[in-house]
Amino acid sequence: MIEGILIGLTTALTLQNILMVMLGCFFGTIIGMLPGLGPMTAIALMIPITYGFDPATGLILMAGVYYGAVFGGSTSSILLNAPGVPGTVATSFDGYPMAQQGKAGKALAIAAWSSFAGGTLSAIYLLFMAPSLSKVSLSFRSPDYFALMILGLTAIAAFSSKGQFLKAMMMVVLGLMLASVGQDSLSDITRFTFNNMNLTDGISFVLVVMATFAMSEALTIILKRNDPASAAKQVSLTELGSIKINKEERTKMYKTIPRSSVIGFLIGVLPGAGATIASFLAYGMERNIVNDEEKEKFGKGSVNGLSAPETANNAACSGSFVPMLTLGIPGSGTTAVMLGALLGFGVQPGPRLYMTNPEIFWSIIMSMYIGMVILLILNLPLIPYIARILAVPKNYLIPLILFFSITGIYVMSFNNFDIYLMIGIAVVATFMRLYDFPMPPLILAFVLGGLMEENLRRSLLLSNGSWEFLWDRTLTACILLTTILIVVWHIYKTMFKKTKG
Amino acid sequence: MNINTTKVISLLFFIFSAFYLYTAYQIQVFAFDENAPFNARTFPIYLGYAGLFFSGLKLILPDPNTIKVQHKTLEYKKTLILIIIAIIYGATILKVGYFLTTSLFLFSSYFFLGERRWVLMFLLSFPFVAAFMYLLHGVLDIYLRDPFLQSIGVMG
Repeated sequence: MIEGILIGLTTALTLQNILMVMLGCFFGTIIGMLPGLGPMTAIALMIPITYGFDPATGLILMAGVYYGAVFGGSTSSILLNAPGVPGTVATSFDGYPMAQQGKAGKALAIAAWSSFAGGTLSAIYLLFMAPSLSKVSLSFRSPDYFALMILGLTAIAAFSSKGQFLKAMMMVVLGLMLASVGQDSLSDITRFTFNNMNLTDGISFVLVVMATFAMSEALTIILKRNDPASAAKQVSLTELGSIKINKEERTKMYKTIPRSSVIGFLIGVLPGAGATIASFLAYGMERNIVNDEEKEKFGKGSVNGLSAPETANNAACSGSFVPMLTLGIPGSGTTAVMLGALLGFGVQPGPRLYMTNPEIFWSIIMSMYIGMVILLILNLPLIPYIARILAVPKNYLIPLILFFSITGIYVMSFNNFDIYLMIGIAVVATFMRLYDFPMPPLILAFVLGGLMEENLRRSLLLSNGSWEFLWDRTLTACILLTTILIVVWHIYKTMFKKTKG
Repeated sequence: MNINTTKVISLLFFIFSAFYLYTAYQIQVFAFDENAPFNARTFPIYLGYAGLFFSGLKLILPDPNTIKVQHKTLEYKKTLILIIIAIIYGATILKVGYFLTTSLFLFSSYFFLGERRWVLMFLLSFPFVAAFMYLLHGVLDIYLRDPFLQSIGVMG
């Protein structure tokens, strides 16, 4: 492991890569801060740029953007009560009341320190867990992978949108259907192209991500600009107050951070769960643990109430890298986007990654530490200035997002068919978002579609067309049993949930 | 009559899945592959059935979390204009070139979204695109075809 750490440090500490982490953290913070735009959008916008670099540098840039965007989301939660990402909703419960009391600077500092501690602790957990899990996952065979992908897709559908399991499953199927367009990987037979040459190579992953996130988010912001529910209640963005944290507040954070980082990391490792559930669970757990006097402060500007979700959501970000790096199966929508980018680089994540491409494997882990330090150094002193970005008029912001999305696609294909396709997918996605159809399951399914078909093909061919491979191995059977339990439980809940009124 | 739009979307998805399934059965496979345990049409066929299953369930099961969208507060007009501008941008980018179409796309988008600070609008369109184009074309060496700039002799 020491050798790996040294390889990672050597790669991550080159001038170019440090610069990339800094740029990633900075732009990620800015993009993540803008309400409605989350880490997935931030990373999606960066993908075309990363193709100019080697895989390690590209991934380091994206990891920096990811952390920056999560922190940026907390800033808009605290200052505007408008979480940039679902993972920072719980941050607003106590962060916004604190800002309303004139302690916005302090709230942002608590969020920054908690994010830093949560991210750093979980990167240490990742350091120990990822290589051991990689060794275990070497024993996985095609049926296990196929079952694991089914579980991952079902889990993300189950957790991505409360009470909307069937909608999320429909999005999973739609993502797999989109992935099936183009040439079959084995026989080269074209499918669903309707004799259109532009579809022969399939639909580009970047196109789908840009359309369903960047572009559709921009359109949603315009569509809902008069919605009274989304009108921000303003906290002064120029006078944020002191960013100093006193001894009593520090003592509270010392207790909250370790336990929230553990829960955040473990939830992040689970396929589909991610930062949102981690932050809510950490918030709920913290509320149950603290004494009655402190419990009363929850929802009114509690330090514990702010520190717990902030620690957990950053810890979950690192946790979600575990299944992606070790199994090649992303644990969240954001890591699905990163997996897609990795595949674009020609790198196949999975148990062999740390043997075949150790510099990528270890440099990502090492860049997490560096990213956390840079995020803290960058954000603490710059908080008062960064906060002013929230005042950028949407009239400029939206066209610029559309411009970056369209340019990102255009420079990849120099083809206007892709622009039309992107607009079409974005319009459908915007409409579906209005009715709460979640997009992360679609992206995860789109990324996994090819791998899933490949593993199913191998499993069926090896078992001579028999479906017995699903229960032949105990591991496969256990994974599928878990999946079935999730499906049955959610359908049962939908059928027997009493409607109000 | 109150129509539940989520159910309408589910119905559309059901129809789409049926069409997908029909098309999946039409995929031509090699003769020797026709009866193989797995061929090019196997996975799409399963997907078609899965689509029918989940959208069918959504159609018949009660919907306790009905989403009510306040259509009156939604900015359909400006969104539609923006989409049309994007389509026009896509249609002209190859013929006219990157610089002029992108600059006009940005300028007109600012305008239709209600912006009237002309100098800022100009700065964030023409010079901004020129700088961005220089970054792509000049620094990152990404070739951008531009008949307009070629016609006025700016680009070789």
